[in-house]
Amino acid sequence: MDVAVRASAAAATAEDAGHGRATARRRPRVGVVKFASCDGCQLTILDVEDHLLEIAERFDIVEFAEATSRRSSGPFDVLLVEGSISTPEQAVEIARLRAEAKLLVVIGACATAGGIQALRTAAEHEAFRAAVYPVPAYVDSLATARPVADFVQVDAELRGCPISPEQLVELLVSLTTGRRPQLPDQAVCLECKRRGIPCVVVARGLPCLGPVTRTGCGAICPAFGRGCYGCFGPRENANTAGYAQALVTGDAAAGADGRGRDPVDVGRLFAGFTGATQPFRSVTDSLAGRPPVTLRPTLASPPETLRAGPPTWGPAPSAPEAPSAAAAKEAPDGPRQ
Amino acid sequence: MGHGSDLRFKVENLTRVEGEGSLRLRVRDGIVEEAQLAIFEAPRYFEALVAGRTPDEVIDIVARICGICPVAYQMSAVHAFEDLFGIAVDPQVRALRRLLYCGEWIESHALHIYLLHAPDFLGYPSAVELARDHRELVTDGLRLKKSGNHLLSILGGRPIHPVSVKVGGFSRMPLRKELTALRPSLDEALRLSQATVDIVAGLEAPAFEREPRLVSLKHRAEYPLNDGRIVSTDGVNLRPSDWGEAFHEVQVPWSNALQSRGGDGLPYLLGPSARVVLASDQLHPLAKEALARTGALESIRRNPYRSIVARAVELVHATAEAIDIIDAYVRPGEPSVAYTPRPGVAAWATEAPRGLLFHRYVVGDDGKVAAATIVPPTSQNQAAIEADLATFAPAVLDLPMAEATHRLEQLIRSYDPCISCATHFLDLTVERAG
Repeated sequence: MDVAVRASAAAATAEDAGHGRATARRRPRVGVVKFASCDGCQLTILDVEDHLLEIAERFDIVEFAEATSRRSSGPFDVLLVEGSISTPEQAVEIARLRAEAKLLVVIGACATAGGIQALRTAAEHEAFRAAVYPVPAYVDSLATARPVADFVQVDAELRGCPISPEQLVELLVSLTTGRRPQLPDQAVCLECKRRGIPCVVVARGLPCLGPVTRTGCGAICPAFGRGCYGCFGPRENANTAGYAQALVTGDAAAGADGRGRDPVDVGRLFAGFTGATQPFRSVTDSLAGRPPVTLRPTLASPPETLRAGPPTWGPAPSAPEAPSAAAAKEAPDGPRQ
Repeated sequence: MGHGSDLRFKVENLTRVEGEGSLRLRVRDGIVEEAQLAIFEAPRYFEALVAGRTPDEVIDIVARICGICPVAYQMSAVHAFEDLFGIAVDPQVRALRRLLYCGEWIESHALHIYLLHAPDFLGYPSAVELARDHRELVTDGLRLKKSGNHLLSILGGRPIHPVSVKVGGFSRMPLRKELTALRPSLDEALRLSQATVDIVAGLEAPAFEREPRLVSLKHRAEYPLNDGRIVSTDGVNLRPSDWGEAFHEVQVPWSNALQSRGGDGLPYLLGPSARVVLASDQLHPLAKEALARTGALESIRRNPYRSIVARAVELVHATAEAIDIIDAYVRPGEPSVAYTPRPGVAAWATEAPRGLLFHRYVVGDDGKVAAATIVPPTSQNQAAIEADLATFAPAVLDLPMAEATHRLEQLIRSYDPCISCATHFLDLTVERAG
C-alpha cells in the first residue's frame, strides 16, 4: 500500500467541486489520540518546534487533546495513534476510531509493539486482579497490553521509544506531497558505521542490540558509550536467535574474562520496550530471561479506601515561616555522601 | 441557577493536560457534595515491570512512565540506588545532573506556560489559534522549549527518554565545547524567560484564595532539584528517603491513581508554587529579581491560578543556573565510578517539574529490584486539586455552564497535571491482604 498516495487522494476527494474550485484542496483533517502510553510520542509533535506552526498551517489538527481544547469525533484524513490497547474500553474505542479514519498511523513502541507494559502475561494479570487490589472493580484492564494492529488494520507505522522527530516530519511531508515516506529499515550497526561511532561490542565488550534493531534513533546509545536496547524494534529478517546465542557463548561481546554471559541476562536484554515483538520475545522465552512479576511487600498497610465527599484544606497552617529556618539548619551542605 | 436541586458539571475529557482524565462535580443546594478528578488513564503496572531488573535497567524503564518528565524518574531512581550503595559521584557528575534537570524544567515549564496554560488566560482553545493573533509570543515560547530540549539532547542523546544516566554517573560526559556551544541559545532563553515572568504576571487571574499546605525539597545551598530535605509549611522536615514518615496513600473509587494525604489525612500541594514559596531564598539572583519585580510571592502562595508566575520564575532560575553550570564545567576523566550493589531499601525524592517525586525500591541479594513504590507528584496533588475545586466551585455556579466549566478546567490546568505519570502505580501500593 502506498500510504502517501492514499492520503493525497483522500484530501483530493474533498475538493470543493460544487463551486468549480477544483484546485482548492482543503487541508487534511488530522487527529492525534492516545491509549496506554507515556505521552512522549505525541509530545514529539510539539517538539518539532521549528516546524510546529507550519505543520498546523498545512494540516487541520482537529483532535489533539493534549494540545487543544477543540474536540472532534472525526472523520479524520489521518489519525495518529499513540499507545497500546490495554482496557476493554480501549478495544471498543480503537474500532470506532478506525471507522472514522481514512488513514490510521500508529506511532511509537507502545502502539506498534505493545510497549514495555506488553510484557505482562495473562496469568500475572489475573493474579493481580485476584490478590492485589482491595477493590479490583475500580480498575479495569485487559489481560495483556497489545499493539493496535492486533485490533484493527493499520496503514503505516512510526517506530521508536520515542519516535524520531525527523521521521515524523518525513511522514507528514510525504502525506502532503503524495510521495512515499522514506523510512530506513537498516540495523543500528549501519548508523554507527555511517557516523563513525566505535562499536561498543568490539571495543568495550558491551552487549548491544544494534545488529538486530532497526535504526531511526541516530545510534545514540553507542554514541553515548552503551549498548542499544532496542527502542525501534527488530529489523526485518533479524537473526535474533543466532545473535542471542553469540552473546551467551561470548562470540559476541565477551566479558572481561573473555567468556560469555548468563543466558538470563541476555534474555532480559531482549525484554525491553519492543520486547513483546515475536523476534525478541522468542529469545527471551527460550532463555527464560524475562523476570517473573512477583507480588511484593510494600511500604505499609494497604491504602485505606475513601468514599467521603471532597477533601478540604483543613485549618490554616500556624507557622508558615518556621520550616524554612528549621530546614536550612539541618539540610546537608553539598553533595551527599 | 443551581439552588434547590442537583447540579452536575462533567468534563468528560480534560484537554491540554498530559494524559486522560475527567472532572466531575456534584453540587446540591449550593454545597459541593462531590469534586472528583477522575483519572481513567489505563494502568501500566510499572512497579511490577521493574521487578527482577538491575538498577540501570530500572532507570531506563521508569523514564517511560512519563514522556514529559523522564529525567525526573531517572533522577529519583539513580539517587535512590546511589544512596543505598554508598556511592559518592564526581562533583561534575552532580553538577551535570542538575544541568540535565534544568533542561527538563525548561522544556516542561515552557510547554506548559506557552502551549497549555497561556491560551486559557488569553481566551484561545490552543496555542495554534493563539499564534494566529500573537505569533511572536508562541514562537518565543517554542524557542524557549527548544533550548531545553537541545540541552537534554547534548547530555542524553534525545530530549524524550535520554540514554546517558546510570548508577555511578553517566555513560558519557559531554565535551566542554559541546556545552559552551549551547550558550547562545541559553542566553536567549534567559532573556525570554525574564520577559515571560513579566508577561504572565500581567495576566488576569480569577480571584480565588485559600491557605494551602505546601511541600517541597529544601536545601541550604541550592534551589531544590536533586537534593535537600522534604519540608512543608506546617513543619515537616525529613530526609528525601523518608517520605513515608509524613505522607501516605489512599485509594478512591473514581480514580485509577492512588491519592496521597498528610499524616492528618489532609491534602498538600507540590510543584512550582510550593517550591517558590518554600525555597525563594535559594532562587538564582536573576530569578529572585524577576520574582521581586512581580511582587507576586504572596499571591502565588494563595491563588492556584498564579502558578503560571511561579513556573516562569523557575524558567529564569533553570536557564540562569544552566548557564552557570556550563561556565564552570570541567570534563572529568571518568564519566562514572565503579560500585558494588548492596541489598536493602533504596529510596529518594527529587523535584520533578510538577513537584516531589518519590521512589522506593527493595534491592535483593542478587542486586536486582524485588519491589518498588513510585509516588508521582500528580497523584499526590489530586487531593489538593479536588479540595480547590470544592472551594472554588461555588463562586462560579451562577455563571453560564460553559464559562463555569472553562474556569474549572483552567483551575485544573494550573497544577499542570500529568495524568500518565499518576496512573502507573496503582498495582504496587496495594498489597495482598494478610
